[in-house]
Amino acid sequence: MAVTLDDVRHIASLARLAVSDDRAQTLVAELNTILAHMDVLSSVDTTAVDAASTGERAAPLREDVGPQIPLARPREDFAPRMADGFFLVPRLSTHEDAESS
Amino acid sequence: MTAATESVRAAFARATEVGAGRSALNILLYADQNGALERAAELDRAPTGGALEGRPVVLKDNIATLSLPTTCGSRILEGYVSPFEATATRRLRDAGAVVIGKSNMDEFAMGSSTENSAFGPTRNPLAPDRVPGGSSGGSAAAVASGIARIALGSETGGSVRQPAAFCGIVGVKPTYGRVSRYGLVAFASSLDQIGVFGQRVDDAAACLGVIAGADLLDSTCAPEPVPDYRAASRDGVRGLVIGRPVEYFPAELDGRIREKCDAAFARLAGLGAEVRDVSLPHSRLAIEVYYIIAPAEASSNLARFDGARYGLRIEGDGLRGMYEATRSRGFGAEVTRRILLGTYVLSAGYYDAYYRKAQQVRALIARDFQQVFASGVDLLFTPTTPTTAFPIGSKSDPYEMYLSDVFTCTANLAGVPAMSQPIGRIDGLPVGGQFIAPHFAERRMFAAAYALEAALGEEAGR
Repeated sequence: MAVTLDDVRHIASLARLAVSDDRAQTLVAELNTILAHMDVLSSVDTTAVDAASTGERAAPLREDVGPQIPLARPREDFAPRMADGFFLVPRLSTHEDAESS
Repeated sequence: MTAATESVRAAFARATEVGAGRSALNILLYADQNGALERAAELDRAPTGGALEGRPVVLKDNIATLSLPTTCGSRILEGYVSPFEATATRRLRDAGAVVIGKSNMDEFAMGSSTENSAFGPTRNPLAPDRVPGGSSGGSAAAVASGIARIALGSETGGSVRQPAAFCGIVGVKPTYGRVSRYGLVAFASSLDQIGVFGQRVDDAAACLGVIAGADLLDSTCAPEPVPDYRAASRDGVRGLVIGRPVEYFPAELDGRIREKCDAAFARLAGLGAEVRDVSLPHSRLAIEVYYIIAPAEASSNLARFDGARYGLRIEGDGLRGMYEATRSRGFGAEVTRRILLGTYVLSAGYYDAYYRKAQQVRALIARDFQQVFASGVDLLFTPTTPTTAFPIGSKSDPYEMYLSDVFTCTANLAGVPAMSQPIGRIDGLPVGGQFIAPHFAERRMFAAAYALEAALGEEAGR
């Protein structure tokens, strides 16, 4: 299952990362080298293994409540841009943006 | 001036003496001398009687603090100061510890050498041309250089034990769920755990005793009672069965590291422990499993760094352009590589072959540990790392670097506790030996560590 240049561009897009052409070529080689080592897993018989098994020490369930933690400083101190209590971001994609992405 | 103030002043004096700043060993990214001295003076005026009263402590830069930045060694969080603090930070302060600084680390804890920090590599205080290990290399170097006797790091695949081994100190990864992850910036949430460094076993035992225990702010933090780890110094190893897993002593292991481990086994046997050969057959696949699961979880966790709510923002073409510009400029090469690897193994068409398969093999690795411990083995003992500290810049192949975690990442995958302690030196460089225990059996692990530390004495190479 070799990774191609198109694969790298696709997953970079999914991960919202801009990758230059040169860097993409390097990543193709690096990811293929790494994933070649992973192929050994395909030889392991796991037909009777539940991938969701968390073993004898599964995380206990509890009520989805907890103490409220007051913030030690206002959001304006660490947010890139805020107004009227809202985080400001660039305009959302229009249909044209979506088509070009 | 009294005890706490003297300790804090001595810590900063030592930091200056060894060159802990960015232009030298690059151990501390941020320090707060005035704040630390004010806190020490408060403690001297009104002692709390806490277990760590007046003791200086260094925190890895991915553990949230109110008075210092929390940047995870990354440009994307440069200048960020958390509006809340980690539970571990609060418990240390409540116990009288004084936070003196935040330590350098591989960006978002992704690395085994601290060379991946956006703020430059940390140098090993014992051999400045070599790495201190990683990703918690700054905390390990702070303890090894004598700035503080205790420090916090974090573990995902060995990021406390491996640098502890490289720096000749003690490093503990508790059971998954033993210490709250609230305020620890997430890398791979099913593996992450805050760990402790100590100059000696007793330092680590005291520190873990303070930060361990249930926390309503982390649903994965277990309600198990926390024993008195320092009391384990009296327990000894007589009658314990200590397993020697054959997979951790492969034929290609450096013979000098094997000899140090054999000497440690001989000491343990001399103290009344039974040494028994055991097998953990699926541990051979741990690196492959780890480097699928950890990047997969990271690709999800790091999606939050998008320039919208905190940290770096680089404007681009619309919202998507901002996301891409911010993340591409903010993340370094290794973080980018792992996000892409994680995105790939989770993507349609590859999920079953990589991620699902890795989760299944992870279950087999965990089952191996359960079966060995159920067979009457109390603890396991292995080398912590396959090599001693390597020269800065000597590993350019990412997979070669990943192999640094070969003996440590199994404990993270299985969720069991493990710790490294010095067991000797090779060519002047420390060698670490690793105890691994069943879930929540940290006290038993400390008992063996105390006993081995005392038995080795100067031979440990401190």
